[in-house]
Amino acid sequence: MENNLIISKGKVIAIVGNLVEAVADGPLIQNGICFFLHNGKEIMGEVIKTQGNKAYAQVFETTRGFRTGIEVFFSGHMLEVSLGPGMLTRNYDGLQNDLDKMEGMFLEPGARTFPLDKESVWPFTPLAETGQKVIAGDWLGEVPEYHVQHKIMAPFKLEGEYKLSWIAEKGEHKITDIVARLTNDEGEEIEVNMIQTWPVKLPITVYREKRRPGTLFETGIRVIDTMNPILEGGTGFIPGPFGSGKTVLQHALAKQAAADVVIIAACGERANEVVEIFTEFPHLDDPRTGRKLVERTVIIANTSNMPVAAREASVYTAMTIAEYYRAMGLKTLLLADSTSRWAQALREMSNRMEELPGPDAFPMDLSAIIANYYSRAGFTVQNNGKSGSITFIGTVSPAGGNLLEPVTEATKKVARCFFALSQNRADSKRYPAIDPIESYSKYLEYDEYISFAKQEIDENWIEKIDFVKNFMISGQEINEQINILGDDGVPVEYHETFWKAELIDFAILQQDAFDDIDCNTPPDRQRYMMDKVIKIVQTDFGFDDFNRVRNFFKRVINLFKQMNYSEFNSEKFSAYENELDQIINLKTVEV
Amino acid sequence: MKPGAFQKIYCRLTNITKATCTLEAEGVGYEEMAYVQGRAAQVVKIAGNKVTLQIFEGTEGLRNDAEIIFTGKTPMLPLSEHMNGRFFDAFGQPIDGLIAVEGRAYPIGGPSVNPVRRKQPSELIATGIAGIDLNNTLVSGQKIPFFTDPDQPYNQVLALIALRAKVDKIILGGMGLTRDDYLFFKNTFEQGYGESKIIGFINTTDKSPVERLLIPDMALAAAEHFAVEKNEKVLVLLTDMTQYANALSIVANRMDQIPSKDSMPGSLYSDLSKIYEKAVQFPDGGNITILAVTTLSGGDITHAVPDNTGYITEGQLFLRRSPEVNKVIIDPFRSLSRLKQLVIGKVTRKDHPQVMNAAIRLYADAANSKTKLENGFELSDYDRRVLLFAEDYSRNILAIDVKLETNEMLDETWKLFGKYMTEDEAGMKQEFVDLYWNVKQIV
Ligand SMILES: Nc1ncnc2c1ncn2[C@@H]1O[C@H](COP(=O)(O)OP(=O)(O)O)[C@@H](O)[C@H]1O
Ligand SMILES: [Mg+2]
Repeated sequence: MENNLIISKGKVIAIVGNLVEAVADGPLIQNGICFFLHNGKEIMGEVIKTQGNKAYAQVFETTRGFRTGIEVFFSGHMLEVSLGPGMLTRNYDGLQNDLDKMEGMFLEPGARTFPLDKESVWPFTPLAETGQKVIAGDWLGEVPEYHVQHKIMAPFKLEGEYKLSWIAEKGEHKITDIVARLTNDEGEEIEVNMIQTWPVKLPITVYREKRRPGTLFETGIRVIDTMNPILEGGTGFIPGPFGSGKTVLQHALAKQAAADVVIIAACGERANEVVEIFTEFPHLDDPRTGRKLVERTVIIANTSNMPVAAREASVYTAMTIAEYYRAMGLKTLLLADSTSRWAQALREMSNRMEELPGPDAFPMDLSAIIANYYSRAGFTVQNNGKSGSITFIGTVSPAGGNLLEPVTEATKKVARCFFALSQNRADSKRYPAIDPIESYSKYLEYDEYISFAKQEIDENWIEKIDFVKNFMISGQEINEQINILGDDGVPVEYHETFWKAELIDFAILQQDAFDDIDCNTPPDRQRYMMDKVIKIVQTDFGFDDFNRVRNFFKRVINLFKQMNYSEFNSEKFSAYENELDQIINLKTVEV
Repeated sequence: MKPGAFQKIYCRLTNITKATCTLEAEGVGYEEMAYVQGRAAQVVKIAGNKVTLQIFEGTEGLRNDAEIIFTGKTPMLPLSEHMNGRFFDAFGQPIDGLIAVEGRAYPIGGPSVNPVRRKQPSELIATGIAGIDLNNTLVSGQKIPFFTDPDQPYNQVLALIALRAKVDKIILGGMGLTRDDYLFFKNTFEQGYGESKIIGFINTTDKSPVERLLIPDMALAAAEHFAVEKNEKVLVLLTDMTQYANALSIVANRMDQIPSKDSMPGSLYSDLSKIYEKAVQFPDGGNITILAVTTLSGGDITHAVPDNTGYITEGQLFLRRSPEVNKVIIDPFRSLSRLKQLVIGKVTRKDHPQVMNAAIRLYADAANSKTKLENGFELSDYDRRVLLFAEDYSRNILAIDVKLETNEMLDETWKLFGKYMTEDEAGMKQEFVDLYWNVKQIV
C-alpha cells in the first residue's frame, strides 16, 4: 500500500463471506482498490458498490477472523498490473503476484510480491530520436526478452502529444532507470522508465485501427486449421462437458500455435493442470523457433482453490498483459480456461450483494460483460504501421453439459469460432471431441480469409472444406438410417458413404494429442492429407456387400492412422502410403 | 465448555432459525467458533453488532436466553501420532469409546498450496481392479470420486481399494454414513491390518446434517499435517460428498441465499473445489490422494452435485452393474482418470494406452451392436464377434471381483483381441501389434 495514493480511510461494519461493508471518511472510487488491516497484514479488496459513505468491497483473500471496526484504506486507483520486460516465463496469480517469489509452501493471506524484477539489467536500444513527437504507446526503445524485441513504449496513460526531449543511449538499464523524458507544449515533463501500470478493467487502445482478421492462425490441429480455422486476431470458444477435452485442447494450442507470446489464464480450474505446464513447458520446444516453450509463455494461475474474487481479476490481468505485448507488434495468443468460472465468481458476488438475479442466478449484465471482454481481442495496426494481434480462445463449462445456459449463449453471440466438444465423441475416444457438424468458424465466410486461402493454401480450399463438411452430414444421416433400418435395410452405397465419412473422421478430424508426431500437423501436411482423403471419398468403389465395405475401409483407416503416426514423408510414412495406394488401386481395378 | 480469560459470554438470542441463530455481540471474528447452550457453532455473518451463528447440531430445543460463549478462535483440530486407529466425530471428539487425543491444535480449512510449489503427480497407485489400473489409472496426489447410484456397493469398493493401496495413512471422512457402514469400515480396517494407519472422522446419520460440513476440513487438515510434517503418503476417503452438498444447501437455504441449479448454493463449485484441491503431491515426497463418493439419483450426472464435482476432480469412476455378466464393473464409458497419461505407457508397459483405447472402442461398438440386436436387426459377423469380445472383457477383466496385475490385464486384453478381432479392427500402432498380437497363442 503506497500511502500517497490513499484517498480515504474507513472502518468495517459488516462481513458475509468475502463481501465486506465499510464506512468511509472521504471519497470512494468504484472498483477502487482498498486494503484491510488485519493481524498486522494488508488484505486487498476492491470496492464493487458504493452507497453514500458506505463501500461494499469484495476481498481478494479469506476474510476469516475479520471483525467489525477493523481499519480499511481506500486507494485512488483501480486494480492495476505492472507491465515491463521480464514477464515471459513468469507464473502470476490473478492479481499478478509473482508466485515463485512467494515464501513457503502455502499461500498466506496478505502475501504480495512484485511482478517484475527490479534488479536485472537489460541492454536498451533507443528506437526514437530526440525532438520526435510522441503519443501514448509509441515505441521509444527496445530490450531483448528471449526471442522478443520487447518495446519500451510511451506510457499508455499519456494524454495528448508530447515531444521526446531526451532518450537514453544504447546501454544497460534496470527497469526503474529513466530511459526517456517527454515534454508537452505546456512545458510539463514526464520521465519514462521501463515499467508501465494499467488498470486491468480498461482496454489498452494505443493502436491506430483494428482490422478484420484475414490470415490463418496456425494451430497444428487439423479439425481447427482445416475445417474450422481461427484467424490471427480472431476469437473462438470451446464449450464442453467435463472430461470432453477442453483443457487438453487448450494445452495443445499453447504448445503448438504459431504465436510469439502465449498468455494462459488458468481461471478457477485445477492446480495440477497448471503444474503440468510448469513441469513440461521448460523442456518442450516451440515447434517453430526451437526455443523452449516457457520462454514465450506467461501464466496467470488462479486455480479453483484460490480466492474467488481474484478469479475474476485473473482474466482481466491476462488480457491486459496480452494487450501490452500486442502493442509491440506481436502475435499473441490468449487462452482462458475456464471463462465459466469467472462468470460463476461474478454470480457468487452478485448473490452476496443480493442483486436481482438474471437467468440461472447469474448477474443481469453477464452477456454485456462477456461481449466486452471478447471485444478486447483483435488484429491491430499500431501508430507506426506495425501490426499485432490477440487471438483469444476461451473454454466454457456448461452446467450439466447443456449448451442452453447463459454463459454459452452469451459467448456464442460474440466468439467467431465455435468448437463444440461432444460427449459422445469423447466417450468413444474420438479426440479431439470437436463436433464436426455443430462446430463452425465464421471466418470461412470472411472475404479476407477466402482470398487468403486461395492464395496461400489451395485455389479450391473453401470448396474442399464445404465438400468434406457436407459429406460428414450425409454420413451422419445415413448412420441414423442404418440404425433405424438395419444394415440390410439400406443400399450398399449407403454403407460406402457412411464409411467414407468415418474415413474423414479418423484420418483428418481425429488427432492424438499425446503422440509426438500426430499432435501437431503443419499446414502443408494438412493440405496433403486432405487431398488424399478427398480423392478416396470421391472414388466410386461399387461394393456389392456391406461387410466388404466395412473391412475395406477399416483397412484404409488403419493405414491412414499409421501414416498420421509417422513423420511426414519419412520411409515409414511412404511405406504405409504405398500400401494404401496399392489397395485403393486394386479395388478400383477390380470394379 | 468453560469460558477462558478472553472469551466473551452473552445470553440473549434475538432470532432462531432451523440452522442458525442471531445475537447482538461485539468484537467477534468472522468464522470464529462459539458454543450456544453447549452446542458448537460458527460465525457466518456479521452485520454491525448483529452476529449470525450456524449451529452444527441444529437448533431444536434452543432457549433464546441460552448461554453463548465465543472462543475467539476459528475451528481447530488437535493432531498427533496417537490418532492412528482412532475414530472421531465432526468436532474431533472420539466416538470409539477411548479417551480424547492430546496434540497441538491446527486450524482446519487453512490456506491453499502455492501452485508453483506443487510437484506433478507421478506415482501409480495399484488397486488390482482393471476398471481402475487398466482404464483409469490412479495416481497419488489425484482426486477422483466414484459416481454411483446408492444401491451399488461403493463403500465396499472404497474399503477394498484402501486396503490394497500402498499408502502410509488412510483417513476416512464419513458424511451421512449409516452406523452399519461406519462399523463396516471400522471392522474391515481392523481385520485388514489397516488399523494402525487408519483415522476416521465420522458423521453418522443419527447426527445433525450440518455437522457434516466440518468433516472434509477435519479429514484434510489431518491429511495435510501428516503429508507435510511427516512426508507421509495419505489416502483420504470421503463418502458421501452428495450428503455433504445437501448440508450446504440446507444452510444456504436457511441463510436466504438465492439458490442456483438443483437448489444448490451458487458457490457450490468453489465450496467443493476448496476440498478436492487439497489433493496434492508435495516436493518432499508426502502426498494427499482423495478418493470420494458422489451418489447419484437415478444415474443423473447432470445434477449440480456430480456436475460440479466432475468439473473439479481429476476424473470420475462410474460404478454400475453390468447386466450382461451380472457383475459390478467400473463403466468404461464416462469413467476417466485425467492423470492416467502421467503414468500409462511410462510407468506401465508402452502398449498400455493403445490397448486401453482399442478395447474401449470395441466395447463402444458392442454397445451399438447391442442396440441393433434390441431393435430386432440381424447382426453382422462383426457385431457378433464384438459382442462376444465385450462379454469376455466385462467378465474376465473389468469385473470388480477380478484381481490382476497391470501386465496381466494387458496380456488378457491382447488375448481377447486375438480371439475375436482382426488387426485392422483393433486398429493399433503396428509396433505393438508386432510385439503382442501373438500373445493369444499362449492361451
Ligand atoms: N486430444 C486428446 N487425445 C487423447 N486424450 C484426450 C484428448 N482430449 C482429452 N483426452 C482425455 O480426456 C481427459 C479429459 O480431458 P480434459 O481436457 O481435461 O477435459 P475437460 O477440460 O473438458 O474437462 C484427458 O485427461 C484425456 O485422458
Ligand atoms: Mg478442463
